[in-house]
Order: sequence, then C-alpha cells, then structure tokens
Amino acid sequence: MPFRRVKFVFKTEKIQSPVIYELGHKFEVVTNIRRADIDSENGWVILEIEGSVDEIERGLEWVKEQGSEVHSLDGDILAG
Amino acid sequence: MPNVQSLRCKECGRDYPEEPIYVCDFCFGPLEVNYDYDEIAKTLSRESIQDGPLTIWRYDQLLPASRDNAVNIGAGMTPLLKADNLGRELGLNNLWIKNDAANPTHSFKDRVVSVASTKAIEFDFDTIACASTGNLAGATAAHGAKAGMNTMVFIPADLESGKVLGAAIFGSVVLVNGNYDDVNRLCSELGDDRRWAFVNINMRPYYSEGSKSLGYELAEQLGWHAPQHVIVPVASGSLFTKVYKGLNEFASLGIIDSADTKMHIAQPFGCSPVAKAFVEKQAHPKPVVPDTIAKSLAIGSPADGYYSVSIANKTGGTGTIVPESEIAEGMKLLAETEGIFTETAGGVVISTLRRLVREGVIGPDQETVALITGTGLKTLEAIADSVETVTIDPTVRSFDDVVTGAAVG
Repeated sequence: MPFRRVKFVFKTEKIQSPVIYELGHKFEVVTNIRRADIDSENGWVILEIEGSVDEIERGLEWVKEQGSEVHSLDGDILAG
Repeated sequence: MPNVQSLRCKECGRDYPEEPIYVCDFCFGPLEVNYDYDEIAKTLSRESIQDGPLTIWRYDQLLPASRDNAVNIGAGMTPLLKADNLGRELGLNNLWIKNDAANPTHSFKDRVVSVASTKAIEFDFDTIACASTGNLAGATAAHGAKAGMNTMVFIPADLESGKVLGAAIFGSVVLVNGNYDDVNRLCSELGDDRRWAFVNINMRPYYSEGSKSLGYELAEQLGWHAPQHVIVPVASGSLFTKVYKGLNEFASLGIIDSADTKMHIAQPFGCSPVAKAFVEKQAHPKPVVPDTIAKSLAIGSPADGYYSVSIANKTGGTGTIVPESEIAEGMKLLAETEGIFTETAGGVVISTLRRLVREGVIGPDQETVALITGTGLKTLEAIADSVETVTIDPTVRSFDDVVTGAAVG
C-alpha cells in the first residue's frame, strides 16, 4: 500500500481542531503519528499516511485547505 | 577500509544495520553513518592520510565505503587558493577560496556521488538514479558511466539545453514534463517501488558523507588546522552540516587541535528558508517556493535545514540572505580579482562574505574560507546582463579608437 511521510504544521487557530482525526474519517487513509511538538500557540506533527495514491493526495490537499501546512518529510529530492 | 558501525537516527539515536535505508522506522528521523572512532583512531594519522591518493578517497577511513573498489573519476583535493586580491578588495588579510569547480564534472557533487555510487555497488544495485536541475545530474551521469551501471537522471523538461546536454553526454537522461513538485513526487514514488540506488533518497546517509571530505581538505590544506570562518552556500543544508562534521571529526580524532570554526549560511533572497530561520531565530525553516537565479540553491524544502540552523547557532556563525541583484556582482568580483568563474551559488557566497566583513562579523586578520562549489560555465545566463565587451573593426585604428581610447578616456 502506498504511503507518505509528512509533517503538518498548525497555526494557533488550528491547534484545537481535530485535523488528523477528521483526515482519517473523511478519506480512506490510515494515519500513524511518530513525533509531535504542540503547545497552545504552535504545533507540528510528523506522521505516516497510508492509502491509495489518489486518496493520500486528496487528503493532503484537504489538510492544506484547512489552513495547515503540509511538508514532505524527505525534503526536496530534486537537487541543483 | 570502512569503519562503519551502524546507521544511527539523528533524532532518537536508534541504531540500524548498514543497509540502503535513510529514515528511522520509529520516529522518521534521518539516519546518519556512525563510525567506530576508537578503531579509526588506532591507525588514522596525518601521515596515513598523506600517503593516500589525491582524491577524496585519501580519507576513506572516515567514509562509508572502501577505496579499493571506489568509483573514482578524481573527485576531491581541489585547490585551496590564497585570495589576496579579493582580500584586499574586501579588507581581509587571510582569505582563502576553496575551488570545488575543479572537480571532474565541475562541482562538489562529484564528492557525494563518488561515495554514493561506490556504496551502491557494494549493495549490489545495478541502477543509480537522481533528480537534478544541474550539478547532481552531471555528477551522477558521469559516475554511473564510469561504474558501468544503469543510470537514470531525471531532469525537468524545460531546463536550459546546456545543462541537459552537460549530463546527457554521459547517457541516460530522462526529461520529465512537469514542474519541480511533479519531478519531486515522481522520484519519491519511483524511489519507493524500484530497487534503484537513488543517490539522495535511499543512498542519502552514505552520499552526504562525501561532503565531509571538503572539511577534511580545508584542514589539511591549511596546514592541519581549522579556519576561523567558513562561508557555505546552503541548498538542502547537507553540505553545511557535513563540513562541520568533518572538521569536528578531525578534532576529536586528534588530527587537528580544535575545530572552533564559525559556520556561516549563505542563501539567495529567492530561496532562503534556512538563512531566514536563522535571522528570525526559528529552529525550523519554513519551506518556500524557490524563485532565484541561483538554481543550484533552489531547494525550497531543505531536508537538513533544521540541523544547519542549529550548527550556525552553536558555532557563533550567521545566516545571510543575499539580494538577487548581488549574485552576479559576487560572481564578477571573484572573477575579476581571483580569476575564478563561479556558478551563481559562489556569487551568493562572495556577496555574503562582503556583507559579513562590512558588518564586522569577520575581522581583517581572521582566517576565512569561502566555498566555491561549482563553475560558472553551467550558468552563463546568470551573467549575460552583467558582463560588458567592446567590439572593434579589424584595424589598428579602430583598436586605438575604441580600446585605447576607452582605456585612456
């Protein structure tokens, strides 16, 4: 099953939102959190998302639409 | 002989066997090569290094692959040149230029790919791959050719033809219709399901170790000591962290007395997530969409950005954001004073150096090294508007009128 390792960065106004819970319910993906650092103002979560390529892409797009940043954990592969 | 003990997670410290893996299964932290330094200390000395070949492989005790089977087209031991003319211009009495444009494919990427391709063969891969907009493409294609491996070099289809041809001459270039994100995503997917040695994915822990050789060479060529300042162009941040690691390994092994080098980050305005994080006192760089003429630094999501910011802070270094307009200025300044034609990344370095001197960060007598990581011949378009020429008729009179007249008048 395809998977992506990603990092979500939450702004203050999104700290209280259950973004990862909703991601797992709105889309057919399995989320698996590995590291996180969240306080009352900022937060980031590193997690693995498993599912079909399309469903992962749709899910990550939805997370962005919710106002959170989505970064690939591997950084850019394309190098100079 | 390699003295690798394990791959170790930079975040949680968990050890893994020496395999083509790059991320910790538990915390997703990056893996780094961990050596048996006690074993290395028994035999490594200045003399043992000096007895080695005039390539990066003279440091093979501190590299994760054996020089016996190295894919070697001559990477490393590039000139370290005393830059008195540029120093005079800037007010520095002890300035050095490390010219890595003198590598076989004209950039520091030969160091990392030499190690990655050697390791790929040790792991029995028959295909080596990368995604690149320039230097990495040429280095991978050349080493793949030398190694006799299948080679897959992915390049965005709209890249300048000079860069495409510079890699395609070695064979095996694949042009991808799409933007940077499309190429990143494609290569991420290919890296997941093909048994390829992807130099900066599954080979990344080994590949990146090749950059340490730059740190070793600085120390050796300066007469076995670390400089007070190093200015490093930052893209992913890998080079920055590995120059630091190389100097510190030498110090902890007693090859040099100490490594108190201040590490300075140099980035262009159009892609400066790491320098910006340093300036804004943030630990984690925020990814950006690159828009810079310094294409070899155009990494918007730098994998080693966090570690680079940490090292700059720890060493008393800095982070400098160079205006795009100053990149060509830096290139010209280096060319006109030292006879070195650098790529745009070098323009960023020289302009950073100039700013650090003006700001008093670097004192007149402090030993400083500026890293020039590639040649300007690959990025001619960057200086097309900055370089002036004169044209004359094929007569002495025209020469006297235009050239001598221009010189006198």
